[in-house]
Amino acid sequence: MNSKIYMDNAATTRVLPEVLEAMSPYFTEEFYNPASAYELSGMVAKKVSEARETIANAIGAKEKEIFFTAGGSESDNWALKGVAHALRAKGNHMITTKIEHHAILHTAEFLEKQGFQVTYLPVDDKGRVDLQELEAAIRPSTVLISVMFANNEIGTIEPIAEIGKIAHKHGIYFHTDAVQAFGHEKIDVNAMHIDLLSASAHKLNGPKGIGFLYIRTGTKIENLIHGGSQELGRRAGTTNAAGAVGFAKATELAVANMDSHNAYEKRLRDRLIDRVMAEIPYTRVNGDLENRLANNVSFCFRFVEGESLLIMLDKKGICASSGSACTSGSLDPSHVLLAIGLPHEIAHGSVRLTISSDTTEEDIDYAVETLKDVVGRLRSMSPLYEDFVKKQK
Amino acid sequence: MSQVTEYSEKVMDHFMNPRNMGEIEDPSGVGTVGNAKCGDIMRMYLDIDENQIVREAKFKTFGCGAAVATSSMATELVKGKSVREALEVTNKAVMEALDGLPPVKIHCSLLAEQAIHAALWDYATKNNISIEGLKPPVNDIDETEEFYKMTSEQA
Repeated sequence: MNSKIYMDNAATTRVLPEVLEAMSPYFTEEFYNPASAYELSGMVAKKVSEARETIANAIGAKEKEIFFTAGGSESDNWALKGVAHALRAKGNHMITTKIEHHAILHTAEFLEKQGFQVTYLPVDDKGRVDLQELEAAIRPSTVLISVMFANNEIGTIEPIAEIGKIAHKHGIYFHTDAVQAFGHEKIDVNAMHIDLLSASAHKLNGPKGIGFLYIRTGTKIENLIHGGSQELGRRAGTTNAAGAVGFAKATELAVANMDSHNAYEKRLRDRLIDRVMAEIPYTRVNGDLENRLANNVSFCFRFVEGESLLIMLDKKGICASSGSACTSGSLDPSHVLLAIGLPHEIAHGSVRLTISSDTTEEDIDYAVETLKDVVGRLRSMSPLYEDFVKKQK
Repeated sequence: MSQVTEYSEKVMDHFMNPRNMGEIEDPSGVGTVGNAKCGDIMRMYLDIDENQIVREAKFKTFGCGAAVATSSMATELVKGKSVREALEVTNKAVMEALDGLPPVKIHCSLLAEQAIHAALWDYATKNNISIEGLKPPVNDIDETEEFYKMTSEQA
Protein backbone atom coordinates (compact mmCIF):
# COMPACT_ATOMS: atom_id res chain seq x y z
CA MET A 1 0.00 0.00 0.00
CA ASN A 2 1.21 3.50 -0.74
CA SER A 3 0.61 6.62 1.31
CA LYS A 4 -2.59 7.47 -0.54
CA ILE A 5 -5.80 7.19 1.42
CA TYR A 6 -8.21 5.28 -0.75
CA MET A 7 -11.81 6.33 -0.17
CA ASP A 8 -13.37 5.20 -3.42
CA ASN A 9 -14.37 1.64 -2.61
CA ALA A 10 -17.72 2.02 -4.36
CA ALA A 11 -15.76 2.48 -7.59
CA THR A 12 -13.68 -0.62 -7.06
CA THR A 13 -11.83 -2.50 -4.33
CA ARG A 14 -8.45 -4.10 -4.07
CA VAL A 15 -8.17 -7.84 -4.70
CA LEU A 16 -7.42 -9.61 -1.43
CA PRO A 17 -4.24 -11.73 -1.35
CA GLU A 18 -6.30 -14.86 -0.56
CA VAL A 19 -8.42 -14.18 -3.64
CA LEU A 20 -5.42 -13.71 -5.90
CA GLU A 21 -3.86 -16.85 -4.51
CA ALA A 22 -7.01 -18.87 -5.16
CA MET A 23 -7.18 -17.59 -8.74
CA SER A 24 -3.55 -17.94 -9.66
CA PRO A 25 -3.47 -21.66 -10.62
CA TYR A 26 -6.30 -21.15 -13.12
CA PHE A 27 -4.15 -18.84 -15.20
CA THR A 28 -1.14 -21.14 -15.26
CA GLU A 29 -1.10 -24.89 -14.51
CA GLU A 30 -4.93 -25.27 -14.47
CA PHE A 31 -5.53 -23.12 -17.54
CA TYR A 32 -7.79 -25.67 -19.25
CA ASN A 33 -11.11 -24.84 -20.81
CA PRO A 34 -13.73 -26.32 -18.48
CA ALA A 35 -15.90 -27.15 -21.50
CA SER A 36 -13.33 -29.55 -22.99
CA ALA A 37 -13.64 -33.30 -22.83
CA TYR A 38 -10.53 -34.45 -20.96
CA GLU A 39 -10.03 -35.07 -17.30
CA LEU A 40 -7.86 -31.97 -16.76
CA SER A 41 -10.63 -29.69 -17.90
CA GLY A 42 -13.14 -31.63 -15.84
CA MET A 43 -11.21 -30.64 -12.75
CA VAL A 44 -11.55 -27.01 -13.70
CA ALA A 45 -15.25 -27.45 -14.43
CA LYS A 46 -15.69 -28.95 -10.97
CA LYS A 47 -13.97 -25.98 -9.39
CA VAL A 48 -16.21 -23.55 -11.31
CA SER A 49 -19.26 -25.43 -10.16
CA GLU A 50 -18.07 -25.23 -6.55
CA ALA A 51 -17.57 -21.48 -7.03
CA ARG A 52 -21.11 -21.20 -8.33
CA GLU A 53 -22.39 -23.05 -5.29
CA THR A 54 -20.53 -20.78 -2.86
CA ILE A 55 -22.02 -17.72 -4.53
CA ALA A 56 -25.51 -19.25 -4.68
CA ASN A 57 -25.37 -20.04 -0.97
CA ALA A 58 -24.57 -16.42 -0.19
CA ILE A 59 -28.00 -15.30 -1.42
CA GLY A 60 -30.08 -18.41 -0.66
CA ALA A 61 -30.15 -19.49 -4.31
CA LYS A 62 -29.45 -22.78 -6.05
CA GLU A 63 -26.21 -23.41 -7.92
CA LYS A 64 -28.05 -23.68 -11.24
CA GLU A 65 -29.54 -20.20 -10.78
CA ILE A 66 -26.17 -18.39 -10.88
CA PHE A 67 -24.96 -17.37 -14.35
CA PHE A 68 -21.51 -15.84 -14.65
CA THR A 69 -21.19 -12.70 -16.75
CA ALA A 70 -18.45 -10.17 -17.44
CA GLY A 71 -19.72 -7.92 -14.65
CA GLY A 72 -22.52 -5.81 -13.29
CA SER A 73 -23.25 -3.89 -16.48
CA GLU A 74 -23.68 -7.05 -18.51
CA SER A 75 -25.93 -8.55 -15.83
CA ASP A 76 -28.12 -5.44 -15.81
CA ASN A 77 -28.30 -5.39 -19.60
CA TRP A 78 -29.21 -9.05 -19.68
CA ALA A 79 -31.93 -8.78 -17.04
CA LEU A 80 -33.74 -5.90 -18.71
CA LYS A 81 -33.31 -6.82 -22.36
CA GLY A 82 -33.74 -10.54 -21.69
CA VAL A 83 -37.04 -10.19 -19.85
CA ALA A 84 -38.35 -7.46 -22.16
CA HIS A 85 -37.84 -9.67 -25.18
CA ALA A 86 -38.98 -12.92 -23.57
CA LEU A 87 -42.24 -11.37 -22.36
CA ARG A 88 -42.93 -9.08 -25.27
CA ALA A 89 -46.17 -10.91 -26.05
CA LYS A 90 -47.34 -10.48 -22.47
CA GLY A 91 -46.57 -6.79 -22.07
CA ASN A 92 -44.19 -4.01 -22.96
CA HIS A 93 -43.94 -1.99 -19.78
CA MET A 94 -41.31 -1.97 -17.04
CA ILE A 95 -40.81 0.04 -13.90
CA THR A 96 -37.50 1.28 -12.57
CA THR A 97 -36.26 4.36 -10.70
CA LYS A 98 -34.59 7.64 -11.49
CA ILE A 99 -31.56 6.81 -9.37
CA GLU A 100 -30.44 3.57 -11.00
CA HIS A 101 -26.93 3.08 -12.32
CA HIS A 102 -26.50 3.97 -15.98
CA ALA A 103 -26.24 0.27 -16.79
CA ILE A 104 -29.97 0.15 -16.01
CA LEU A 105 -31.00 3.64 -17.14
CA HIS A 106 -29.29 3.53 -20.52
CA THR A 107 -30.55 0.00 -21.14
CA ALA A 108 -34.08 1.14 -20.32
CA GLU A 109 -33.69 4.09 -22.70
CA PHE A 110 -32.46 1.72 -25.39
CA LEU A 111 -35.55 -0.45 -24.87
CA GLU A 112 -37.78 2.63 -25.08
CA LYS A 113 -36.34 3.32 -28.51
CA GLN A 114 -37.43 -0.17 -29.47
CA GLY A 115 -41.00 0.52 -28.42
CA PHE A 116 -41.00 -0.56 -24.79
CA GLN A 117 -42.49 1.69 -22.16
CA VAL A 118 -40.61 2.52 -19.00
CA THR A 119 -41.74 4.26 -15.82
CA TYR A 120 -38.90 5.94 -13.93
CA LEU A 121 -40.09 6.24 -10.35
CA PRO A 122 -39.10 9.31 -8.37
CA VAL A 123 -37.51 8.91 -4.95
CA ASP A 124 -37.84 10.91 -1.75
CA ASP A 125 -35.21 13.32 -0.46
CA LYS A 126 -33.32 10.42 1.09
CA GLY A 127 -33.35 8.42 -2.13
CA ARG A 128 -36.00 5.88 -1.13
CA VAL A 129 -38.69 4.58 -3.44
CA ASP A 130 -42.28 5.07 -2.29
CA LEU A 131 -44.05 1.71 -2.21
CA GLN A 132 -47.49 3.16 -2.91
CA GLU A 133 -46.18 5.03 -5.89
CA LEU A 134 -44.53 1.85 -7.09
CA GLU A 135 -47.74 -0.13 -6.83
CA ALA A 136 -49.70 2.64 -8.51
CA ALA A 137 -47.31 2.55 -11.47
CA ILE A 138 -48.11 -1.09 -12.21
CA ARG A 139 -50.12 -1.63 -15.39
CA PRO A 140 -51.60 -4.79 -16.89
CA SER A 141 -48.69 -4.66 -19.36
CA THR A 142 -45.96 -4.43 -16.69
CA VAL A 143 -43.53 -7.33 -17.00
CA LEU A 144 -40.60 -6.23 -14.86
CA ILE A 145 -39.77 -4.09 -11.85
CA SER A 146 -36.09 -3.23 -11.48
CA VAL A 147 -34.97 -1.37 -8.37
CA MET A 148 -31.40 -1.21 -7.16
CA PHE A 149 -30.58 -2.80 -3.82
CA ALA A 150 -28.41 0.10 -2.70
CA ASN A 151 -27.47 3.28 -4.49
CA ASN A 152 -23.87 3.68 -5.59
CA GLU A 153 -23.68 7.42 -5.04
CA ILE A 154 -25.58 8.14 -1.85
CA GLY A 155 -25.60 4.65 -0.29
CA THR A 156 -29.35 4.50 0.29
CA ILE A 157 -30.70 0.97 0.71
CA GLU A 158 -34.11 0.42 -0.89
CA PRO A 159 -36.97 -1.53 0.73
CA ILE A 160 -36.17 -4.55 -1.40
CA ALA A 161 -38.27 -7.22 0.35
CA GLU A 162 -41.34 -4.96 0.27
CA ILE A 163 -40.83 -4.17 -3.41
CA GLY A 164 -40.43 -7.87 -4.17
CA LYS A 165 -43.63 -8.62 -2.33
CA ILE A 166 -45.57 -6.08 -4.37
CA ALA A 167 -44.06 -7.37 -7.62
CA HIS A 168 -45.02 -10.96 -6.82
CA LYS A 169 -48.49 -10.00 -5.65
CA HIS A 170 -49.04 -8.72 -9.19
CA GLY A 171 -47.24 -11.60 -10.89
CA ILE A 172 -44.42 -9.36 -12.11
CA TYR A 173 -40.73 -10.28 -12.18
CA PHE A 174 -38.49 -8.39 -9.78
CA HIS A 175 -34.88 -7.59 -10.68
CA THR A 176 -32.46 -5.84 -8.37
CA ASP A 177 -29.09 -4.36 -9.25
CA ALA A 178 -27.18 -5.46 -6.15
CA VAL A 179 -23.74 -4.46 -7.38
CA GLN A 180 -23.11 -2.26 -4.32
CA ALA A 181 -24.87 -4.57 -1.89
CA PHE A 182 -23.74 -8.11 -2.69
CA GLY A 183 -21.11 -9.14 -0.15
CA HIS A 184 -21.93 -6.06 1.94
CA GLU A 185 -25.57 -6.56 2.92
CA LYS A 186 -27.49 -9.73 3.76
CA ILE A 187 -29.47 -10.90 0.77
CA ASP A 188 -32.00 -13.71 0.60
CA VAL A 189 -33.62 -14.02 -2.80
CA ASN A 190 -36.53 -16.03 -1.42
CA ALA A 191 -37.36 -13.91 1.61
CA MET A 192 -36.96 -10.80 -0.56
CA HIS A 193 -38.96 -12.14 -3.52
CA ILE A 194 -36.15 -11.49 -5.98
CA ASP A 195 -36.28 -13.17 -9.42
CA LEU A 196 -33.17 -11.62 -10.93
CA LEU A 197 -30.14 -10.10 -9.25
CA SER A 198 -26.99 -8.50 -10.65
CA ALA A 199 -23.65 -8.50 -8.87
CA SER A 200 -20.00 -7.85 -9.63
CA ALA A 201 -16.87 -9.33 -8.02
CA HIS A 202 -14.67 -6.26 -7.93
CA LYS A 203 -16.91 -4.45 -5.47
CA LEU A 204 -16.10 -7.01 -2.77
CA ASN A 205 -12.34 -7.44 -3.14
CA GLY A 206 -12.69 -9.83 -6.06
CA PRO A 207 -11.31 -9.46 -9.57
CA LYS A 208 -12.62 -7.17 -12.28
CA GLY A 209 -14.23 -8.75 -15.33
CA ILE A 210 -16.62 -11.15 -13.65
CA GLY A 211 -20.10 -10.80 -12.27
CA PHE A 212 -23.23 -12.87 -12.20
CA LEU A 213 -26.91 -12.71 -12.89
CA TYR A 214 -29.08 -14.74 -10.55
CA ILE A 215 -32.07 -16.09 -12.45
CA ARG A 216 -34.77 -17.78 -10.40
CA THR A 217 -35.68 -21.16 -11.84
CA GLY A 218 -38.56 -20.82 -14.29
CA THR A 219 -38.00 -17.12 -15.04
CA LYS A 220 -38.51 -16.41 -18.72
CA ILE A 221 -35.52 -14.56 -20.13
CA GLU A 222 -33.87 -14.41 -23.54
CA ASN A 223 -30.13 -14.76 -23.92
CA LEU A 224 -28.00 -11.67 -24.33
CA ILE A 225 -24.68 -13.16 -25.45
CA HIS A 226 -25.18 -15.74 -28.17
CA GLY A 227 -22.66 -18.39 -29.13
CA GLY A 228 -21.45 -21.45 -27.26
CA SER A 229 -23.39 -23.48 -24.73
CA GLN A 230 -21.63 -22.27 -21.61
CA GLU A 231 -23.61 -21.34 -18.49
CA LEU A 232 -26.27 -23.97 -19.23
CA GLY A 233 -26.64 -22.58 -22.73
CA ARG A 234 -27.66 -19.17 -21.51
CA ARG A 235 -24.51 -17.11 -21.73
CA ALA A 236 -21.92 -17.86 -24.39
CA GLY A 237 -18.19 -17.30 -23.93
CA THR A 238 -15.37 -19.39 -22.58
CA THR A 239 -15.82 -19.71 -18.84
CA ASN A 240 -13.70 -17.33 -16.81
CA ALA A 241 -12.58 -20.04 -14.41
CA ALA A 242 -9.98 -17.94 -12.59
CA GLY A 243 -12.54 -15.15 -12.23
CA ALA A 244 -15.21 -17.52 -10.93
CA VAL A 245 -12.84 -19.01 -8.37
CA GLY A 246 -11.71 -15.54 -7.29
CA PHE A 247 -15.30 -14.31 -7.09
CA ALA A 248 -16.23 -17.29 -4.90
CA LYS A 249 -13.26 -16.72 -2.59
CA ALA A 250 -14.13 -13.03 -2.29
CA THR A 251 -17.76 -13.95 -1.56
CA GLU A 252 -16.76 -16.48 1.08
CA LEU A 253 -14.60 -13.89 2.87
CA ALA A 254 -17.16 -11.09 2.48
CA VAL A 255 -19.93 -13.22 3.95
CA ALA A 256 -17.76 -14.47 6.82
CA ASN A 257 -16.65 -10.93 7.74
CA MET A 258 -19.82 -9.05 6.86
CA ASP A 259 -21.02 -8.31 10.38
CA SER A 260 -17.67 -7.30 11.80
CA HIS A 261 -16.71 -5.22 8.77
CA ASN A 262 -20.04 -3.46 8.66
CA ALA A 263 -19.91 -2.62 12.36
CA TYR A 264 -16.39 -1.26 11.96
CA GLU A 265 -17.14 0.72 8.79
CA LYS A 266 -20.35 2.14 10.27
CA ARG A 267 -18.44 3.50 13.23
CA LEU A 268 -15.88 5.20 10.97
CA ARG A 269 -18.54 6.35 8.52
CA ASP A 270 -20.53 8.01 11.29
CA ARG A 271 -17.41 9.60 12.72
CA LEU A 272 -16.68 11.13 9.33
CA ILE A 273 -20.25 12.33 8.88
CA ASP A 274 -20.58 13.70 12.41
CA ARG A 275 -17.27 15.54 12.39
CA VAL A 276 -17.78 17.10 8.96
CA MET A 277 -21.33 18.18 9.73
CA ALA A 278 -20.19 19.72 13.01
CA GLU A 279 -17.03 21.35 11.69
CA ILE A 280 -17.80 22.49 8.15
CA PRO A 281 -20.78 24.86 7.83
CA TYR A 282 -23.17 24.91 4.86
CA THR A 283 -22.76 21.20 4.27
CA ARG A 284 -25.37 18.55 3.73
CA VAL A 285 -25.07 14.82 3.93
CA ASN A 286 -26.85 13.07 1.08
CA GLY A 287 -28.90 9.92 1.41
CA ASP A 288 -30.59 8.09 4.25
CA LEU A 289 -28.74 8.00 7.57
CA GLU A 290 -30.55 4.84 8.67
CA ASN A 291 -30.98 2.73 5.55
CA ARG A 292 -27.44 3.22 4.33
CA LEU A 293 -24.49 1.16 3.16
CA ALA A 294 -21.89 0.91 5.91
CA ASN A 295 -19.14 2.31 3.70
CA ASN A 296 -20.86 5.27 2.04
CA VAL A 297 -20.45 8.94 2.84
CA SER A 298 -21.81 11.58 0.47
CA PHE A 299 -21.65 15.32 1.09
CA CYS A 300 -22.56 18.50 -0.74
CA PHE A 301 -20.45 21.48 0.22
CA ARG A 302 -22.19 24.68 -0.80
CA PHE A 303 -20.41 27.36 -2.83
CA VAL A 304 -17.76 24.92 -4.10
CA GLU A 305 -17.54 22.72 -7.13
CA GLY A 306 -16.90 18.98 -7.00
CA GLU A 307 -14.09 18.59 -9.49
CA SER A 308 -11.99 21.31 -7.85
CA LEU A 309 -12.59 19.60 -4.56
CA LEU A 310 -11.53 16.22 -5.93
CA ILE A 311 -8.30 17.51 -7.45
CA MET A 312 -7.35 19.23 -4.21
CA LEU A 313 -8.18 16.10 -2.21
CA ASP A 314 -6.11 14.06 -4.64
CA LYS A 315 -3.16 16.43 -4.22
CA LYS A 316 -3.44 15.84 -0.48
CA GLY A 317 -3.45 12.08 -0.95
CA ILE A 318 -7.17 11.32 -0.71
CA CYS A 319 -8.82 9.35 -3.52
CA ALA A 320 -12.50 10.21 -3.61
CA SER A 321 -15.15 10.71 -6.23
CA SER A 322 -17.84 13.17 -7.11
CA GLY A 323 -21.13 11.43 -7.74
CA SER A 324 -20.60 8.49 -10.02
CA ALA A 325 -17.21 8.17 -11.68
CA CYS A 326 -19.07 7.22 -14.84
CA THR A 327 -20.50 10.73 -15.11
CA SER A 328 -17.13 12.42 -14.95
CA GLY A 329 -17.03 13.03 -18.69
CA SER A 330 -20.26 14.93 -18.50
CA LEU A 331 -20.80 18.45 -17.26
CA ASP A 332 -24.18 17.73 -15.73
CA PRO A 333 -24.33 17.02 -12.05
CA SER A 334 -25.29 13.56 -10.92
CA HIS A 335 -28.79 12.35 -11.84
CA VAL A 336 -29.06 10.82 -8.37
CA LEU A 337 -28.48 14.11 -6.58
CA LEU A 338 -30.99 15.82 -8.86
CA ALA A 339 -33.49 13.04 -8.19
CA ILE A 340 -33.30 13.58 -4.42
CA GLY A 341 -34.28 17.18 -5.10
CA LEU A 342 -31.00 19.07 -4.98
CA PRO A 343 -30.73 22.08 -7.28
CA HIS A 344 -27.94 21.91 -9.87
CA GLU A 345 -25.70 24.37 -8.09
CA ILE A 346 -25.74 22.38 -4.85
CA ALA A 347 -25.35 19.07 -6.66
CA HIS A 348 -22.19 20.39 -8.34
CA GLY A 349 -20.50 20.52 -4.93
CA SER A 350 -20.77 16.85 -4.14
CA VAL A 351 -18.11 14.46 -2.97
CA ARG A 352 -18.43 10.75 -2.27
CA LEU A 353 -16.09 8.99 0.15
CA THR A 354 -16.48 5.23 0.31
CA ILE A 355 -14.43 3.53 3.00
CA SER A 356 -13.47 -0.08 3.65
CA SER A 357 -12.26 -2.27 6.50
CA ASP A 358 -8.75 -1.04 5.60
CA THR A 359 -9.69 2.53 6.50
CA THR A 360 -8.39 3.66 9.89
CA GLU A 361 -9.60 6.24 12.37
CA GLU A 362 -6.49 8.29 11.52
CA ASP A 363 -7.55 8.23 7.87
CA ILE A 364 -10.97 9.56 8.85
CA ASP A 365 -9.51 12.36 10.93
CA TYR A 366 -7.05 13.25 8.19
CA ALA A 367 -9.95 13.35 5.70
CA VAL A 368 -11.91 15.69 7.99
CA GLU A 369 -8.98 18.06 8.42
CA THR A 370 -8.23 17.99 4.70
CA LEU A 371 -11.85 18.65 3.78
CA LYS A 372 -11.96 21.60 6.18
CA ASP A 373 -8.85 23.03 4.61
CA VAL A 374 -9.81 22.41 0.99
CA VAL A 375 -13.44 23.49 1.31
CA GLY A 376 -12.30 26.61 3.14
CA ARG A 377 -9.81 27.37 0.40
CA LEU A 378 -12.31 26.88 -2.39
CA ARG A 379 -14.89 29.00 -0.58
CA SER A 380 -12.38 31.81 -0.25
CA MET A 381 -12.12 31.66 -4.05
CA SER A 382 -15.85 31.43 -4.66
CA PRO A 383 -17.86 34.45 -5.82
CA LEU A 384 -20.97 32.65 -4.57
CA TYR A 385 -19.56 32.49 -1.07
CA GLU A 386 -18.47 36.12 -1.26
CA ASP A 387 -22.00 37.21 -2.16
CA PHE A 388 -23.48 34.95 0.49
CA VAL A 389 -21.27 36.40 3.21
CA LYS A 390 -22.05 39.97 2.08
CA LYS A 391 -25.77 39.24 2.13
CA GLN A 392 -25.55 37.87 5.67
CA LYS A 393 -24.08 41.14 6.94
CA MET B 1 -12.49 12.36 -12.69
CA SER B 2 -10.88 11.68 -15.98
CA GLN B 3 -10.15 15.34 -16.79
CA VAL B 4 -7.68 15.65 -13.97
CA THR B 5 -5.08 13.58 -15.73
CA GLU B 6 -5.73 15.47 -18.95
CA TYR B 7 -4.84 18.86 -17.51
CA SER B 8 -1.51 20.33 -18.55
CA GLU B 9 1.08 21.13 -15.92
CA LYS B 10 0.34 24.81 -16.41
CA VAL B 11 -3.37 24.31 -15.78
CA MET B 12 -2.58 22.36 -12.62
CA ASP B 13 -0.14 25.05 -11.51
CA HIS B 14 -2.67 27.85 -12.02
CA PHE B 15 -5.32 25.79 -10.27
CA MET B 16 -3.21 24.87 -7.25
CA ASN B 17 -1.46 28.26 -7.06
CA PRO B 18 -3.93 30.71 -8.57
CA ARG B 19 -2.51 34.15 -9.38
CA ASN B 20 -4.43 37.26 -8.42
CA MET B 21 -7.17 35.47 -6.55
CA GLY B 22 -9.25 37.80 -4.43
CA GLU B 23 -11.22 41.03 -4.55
CA ILE B 24 -10.43 44.64 -5.33
CA GLU B 25 -12.21 47.18 -3.19
CA ASP B 26 -13.92 49.86 -5.25
CA PRO B 27 -12.77 48.37 -8.54
CA SER B 28 -12.79 50.38 -11.74
CA GLY B 29 -14.78 47.55 -13.27
CA VAL B 30 -16.21 44.24 -12.10
CA GLY B 31 -17.91 41.58 -14.16
CA THR B 32 -19.53 38.29 -13.26
CA VAL B 33 -20.30 35.69 -15.89
CA GLY B 34 -21.42 32.09 -15.97
CA ASN B 35 -24.15 30.15 -14.37
CA ALA B 36 -24.18 28.19 -11.13
CA LYS B 37 -26.48 25.67 -12.74
CA CYS B 38 -23.74 24.72 -15.18
CA GLY B 39 -21.17 24.75 -12.43
CA ASP B 40 -19.05 27.77 -13.40
CA ILE B 41 -19.17 31.37 -12.23
CA MET B 42 -16.30 33.79 -12.76
CA ARG B 43 -15.99 37.25 -11.35
CA MET B 44 -13.26 39.59 -12.50
CA TYR B 45 -12.21 42.83 -10.82
CA LEU B 46 -10.12 45.41 -12.66
CA ASP B 47 -8.28 48.42 -11.32
CA ILE B 48 -7.69 50.76 -14.25
CA ASP B 49 -5.65 53.96 -14.02
CA GLU B 50 -6.30 57.32 -15.64
CA ASN B 51 -4.31 56.30 -18.73
CA GLN B 52 -6.66 53.35 -19.21
CA ILE B 53 -3.99 50.85 -18.19
CA VAL B 54 -5.06 47.81 -16.14
CA ARG B 55 -3.10 48.30 -12.94
CA GLU B 56 -4.46 45.30 -11.18
CA ALA B 57 -6.75 42.37 -11.95
CA LYS B 58 -8.26 39.93 -9.46
CA PHE B 59 -10.73 37.11 -9.71
CA LYS B 60 -13.03 34.82 -7.80
CA THR B 61 -14.30 31.65 -9.41
CA PHE B 62 -16.74 28.89 -8.56
CA GLY B 63 -15.99 26.02 -10.88
CA CYS B 64 -13.78 23.18 -11.97
CA GLY B 65 -10.00 23.12 -12.16
CA ALA B 66 -10.02 24.55 -15.67
CA ALA B 67 -12.35 27.38 -14.65
CA VAL B 68 -10.01 28.44 -11.87
CA ALA B 69 -6.91 28.11 -14.07
CA THR B 70 -8.39 30.10 -16.96
CA SER B 71 -9.49 32.88 -14.58
CA SER B 72 -6.05 32.98 -13.06
CA MET B 73 -4.38 33.11 -16.47
CA ALA B 74 -6.83 35.73 -17.75
CA THR B 75 -5.92 38.08 -14.90
CA GLU B 76 -2.24 37.56 -15.68
CA LEU B 77 -2.79 38.34 -19.34
CA VAL B 78 -4.71 41.60 -18.81
CA LYS B 79 -2.47 43.04 -16.12
CA GLY B 80 -0.41 45.96 -17.39
CA LYS B 81 -2.32 46.13 -20.66
CA SER B 82 -4.37 49.02 -21.97
CA VAL B 83 -8.11 48.45 -21.98
CA ARG B 84 -7.93 48.16 -25.77
CA GLU B 85 -5.28 45.44 -25.49
CA ALA B 86 -7.16 43.72 -22.66
CA LEU B 87 -10.18 43.48 -24.90
CA GLU B 88 -8.06 41.53 -27.35
CA VAL B 89 -7.21 38.80 -24.85
CA THR B 90 -9.22 35.99 -26.40
CA ASN B 91 -10.17 32.61 -25.09
CA LYS B 92 -7.62 31.18 -27.51
CA ALA B 93 -4.88 33.28 -25.96
CA VAL B 94 -5.88 32.08 -22.49
CA MET B 95 -5.92 28.47 -23.66
CA GLU B 96 -2.57 28.73 -25.41
CA ALA B 97 -0.98 30.33 -22.40
CA LEU B 98 -2.14 27.31 -20.38
CA ASP B 99 -0.74 24.82 -22.93
CA GLY B 100 -4.25 23.80 -23.93
CA LEU B 101 -7.37 22.47 -22.25
CA PRO B 102 -9.23 19.15 -22.55
CA PRO B 103 -12.00 19.53 -25.18
CA VAL B 104 -14.84 19.40 -22.62
CA LYS B 105 -13.26 22.34 -20.80
CA ILE B 106 -12.90 24.78 -23.68
CA HIS B 107 -16.02 26.63 -22.54
CA CYS B 108 -14.08 27.66 -19.42
CA SER B 109 -11.71 29.73 -21.54
CA LEU B 110 -14.70 31.39 -23.21
CA LEU B 111 -16.02 32.23 -19.80
CA ALA B 112 -12.68 33.83 -18.92
CA GLU B 113 -12.83 35.97 -22.06
CA GLN B 114 -16.39 36.96 -21.19
CA ALA B 115 -15.36 37.84 -17.64
CA ILE B 116 -12.76 40.29 -18.96
CA HIS B 117 -15.34 41.83 -21.30
CA ALA B 118 -17.91 42.10 -18.53
CA ALA B 119 -15.46 43.89 -16.24
CA LEU B 120 -14.42 46.24 -19.07
CA TRP B 121 -18.06 46.94 -19.86
CA ASP B 122 -18.69 47.85 -16.25
CA TYR B 123 -15.67 50.17 -16.33
CA ALA B 124 -16.78 51.76 -19.60
CA THR B 125 -20.34 52.26 -18.37
CA LYS B 126 -19.28 53.76 -15.04
CA ASN B 127 -16.91 56.21 -16.74
CA ASN B 128 -19.06 56.91 -19.74
CA ILE B 129 -16.31 55.75 -22.09
CA SER B 130 -16.77 53.79 -25.24
CA ILE B 131 -14.24 51.08 -25.99
CA GLU B 132 -14.21 50.16 -29.64
CA GLY B 133 -15.30 46.61 -30.27
CA LEU B 134 -16.67 46.04 -26.75
CA LYS B 135 -20.10 44.47 -26.68
CA PRO B 136 -22.46 44.23 -23.72
CA PRO B 137 -21.59 41.16 -21.64
CA VAL B 138 -23.61 38.00 -21.91
CA ASN B 139 -24.78 37.50 -18.36
CA ASP B 140 -26.72 34.37 -17.67
CA ILE B 141 -26.42 33.78 -13.98
CA ASP B 142 -30.17 33.87 -13.56
CA GLU B 143 -30.05 30.84 -11.31
CA THR B 144 -28.10 32.57 -8.61
CA GLU B 145 -30.98 34.48 -7.01
CA GLU B 146 -32.75 31.22 -6.43
CA PHE B 147 -29.53 29.73 -5.14
CA TYR B 148 -29.02 32.46 -2.53
CA LYS B 149 -32.62 32.27 -1.42
CA MET B 150 -32.47 28.56 -0.92
CA THR B 151 -29.08 28.63 0.70
CA SER B 152 -30.00 31.29 3.22
CA GLU B 153 -33.14 29.38 4.08
CA GLN B 154 -31.26 26.20 4.78
CA ALA B 155 -28.11 27.62 6.33
